[in-house]
Amino acid sequence: MTKPNTFRGGPDERGHFGIFGGRYVAETLMPLILEVERAYTAAKTDARFEAEFAYYLKHYAGRPSPLYFAESLTNHFGGAKVYFKRDELNHTGSHKINNCLGQILLARRMGKRRIIAETGAGQHGVAVATVCALFNLPCVVYMGSKDIARQAPNVFRMKLLGAEVRTVENGSKSLKDAMNDALRDWVSNVESTFYIIGTVAGPHPYPAMVRDFQSVIGREVRDQMMEAEGRLPDTLVACIGGGSNAMGLFHPFLDDPDVAMYGVEAAGRGIETGEHAASLTGGEPGVLHGNRTYLLQDDDGQILEAHSISAGLDYPGIGPEHSWLHEIQRVQYVAATDAEALEAFQLCCRQEGIIPALEPAHALAHVGRIAPELPADHILVMNMCGRGDKDVFTVAESLGVEL
Amino acid sequence: MNRQPDSGRIVNRFQQLKQENRGGLVTFVTAGDPDGETSLAILQGLPDAGADVIELGMPFTDPMADGPAIQAAGQRALKAGQTMNKTLAMVREFRAGDDRTPVILMGYYNPIYHYGVDAFLKDALAAGADGLIIVDLPPEEDEELCLPALAAGMNFIRLATPTTDEARLPAVLSNTNGFVYYISITGITGTRSADLADLEQAVARLRRHTDLPIAIGFGIKTPEQAGAIARTADAAVVGSALVSHIADGLDADGRATAGLVDDVLAFVRELADGVRRAAEKADA
Repeated sequence: MTKPNTFRGGPDERGHFGIFGGRYVAETLMPLILEVERAYTAAKTDARFEAEFAYYLKHYAGRPSPLYFAESLTNHFGGAKVYFKRDELNHTGSHKINNCLGQILLARRMGKRRIIAETGAGQHGVAVATVCALFNLPCVVYMGSKDIARQAPNVFRMKLLGAEVRTVENGSKSLKDAMNDALRDWVSNVESTFYIIGTVAGPHPYPAMVRDFQSVIGREVRDQMMEAEGRLPDTLVACIGGGSNAMGLFHPFLDDPDVAMYGVEAAGRGIETGEHAASLTGGEPGVLHGNRTYLLQDDDGQILEAHSISAGLDYPGIGPEHSWLHEIQRVQYVAATDAEALEAFQLCCRQEGIIPALEPAHALAHVGRIAPELPADHILVMNMCGRGDKDVFTVAESLGVEL
Repeated sequence: MNRQPDSGRIVNRFQQLKQENRGGLVTFVTAGDPDGETSLAILQGLPDAGADVIELGMPFTDPMADGPAIQAAGQRALKAGQTMNKTLAMVREFRAGDDRTPVILMGYYNPIYHYGVDAFLKDALAAGADGLIIVDLPPEEDEELCLPALAAGMNFIRLATPTTDEARLPAVLSNTNGFVYYISITGITGTRSADLADLEQAVARLRRHTDLPIAIGFGIKTPEQAGAIARTADAAVVGSALVSHIADGLDADGRATAGLVDDVLAFVRELADGVRRAAEKADA
């Protein structure tokens, strides 16, 4: 496969990253998708929109998030210098707020009066409920009943923020089916409603738009690392469900050939067991939720249920740009199991005094694999994309502790 | 583009309806619901019960445009082991006993993409399918399946909706044949019903852009509604209401009861009578 001149030029005007992406939606939604695309294209070249977005990122979300030298873990691993991008310190506790602020400002520009969203771990749902409270817009969040049971604190947070949480009982009862129901809502309320998709997936322009809103993460890392070390990092590591935190970290570095990147998928109980959520490692290309991408599917093209201890990674697909970066081998995609993530979770608590979300605990598990083998002057940045308060019940249960 | 001739069954059927001076009844059932044998029996009984065109759903795990009734039908079929091969085999068996009733395969793109577009078109045509309705392939993605289908002699039926505006209609109505499927509401299958006055306007709008027959679906539940709509357009599509009759005929373990096939076909007969009565009333 020939290498493009730039890895940052996608998607094309029809929303394709190589063969991935596109706009595979019902006709009812198509005019609205085109309207979102037009509105976003206009907004991103509008200085007022940019200023408004920057204002809320700084004063409401608390950006820039720190770039923190994790000295204790660095010593523990005994190799590369490990930095954390502290996106768990954002308002609402994860990187999700970046994208939600961008999309709700766009929804307001478009005159939409109602917001819907899907959520897995509840981090995106909480961030959507938060910006809806901020801008006084009614908010409906679709969430699988399996996730509602394992993410009770986030469900209550959403309700406190005034959102209506609708339980999804179909299929896998998790993120995939929440997205199906959100799309059904959108088809039914197309005039009034804006759908804030939480990850770099869905029909064009969502993958590119969410990436752009999340790219603040990588841009800050560039500046902060220049300040801290006087040079760019050597390696970036981020966990991947749909892949928005990873895309946000990676994208500003894609054209820096000396920066290596690892996306860490959820291997669940192990790729070989079939109970995992690693679409790139264990799936193949298909079409779901408006885009062509790698999907977990059976021999008949039916979508398989994903499994991960982390509700935020429990999705059988991945953003289309990741599928492309995988095929052209610009980013290496690896996987970490539930057990490895749990171990990294506890290590991070003890070594750094940071309770990570189970999602970035997957990324940390991979850092633990590669950091010891790298020299002391190798600089590695891991995106600490969420905090772990929401996961304490899941972790306690896995460790056999009754709360 | 070089196009193979299509089967002609759709054109012939709508011409016949015109000669009979009535609208048509299009019925939707999901292939393999609630099991392969029962589903085939329903399929084979549909023409005699009065179905003019048959839409056969290819079940998919994630039917994003469907309401609870058709979602459940797809899940029943998949649970009973339905596959694309079995769906095509059903069409083949049906076609062995009926060479005139058009069969339209309806569903979502991924199972076809996974099967392989060229292989699917070849096998579906060989089985005797006449057309495709693929919910998640708008004209923006015509190169995927629409153009190869037309080239191979498979009708590609397009969905138009209340949100398809004047500017978009020409794109939606290009690269299509057979008939146009007008979705009467902005919503999912089996939920709200549209106002007849709105539909009359919508049909008039479509007729300004196309000579193809127009079928209307979504939210048509009764013989009276089917009759009124078949008179407004060229055909009425009934899906969720029919599939709900299948659900009603299951025992507590989800198995088909003895009377299920007869009950479903009796309902189709009522719908067909509704369509025919409406035509007579219009003549009077």
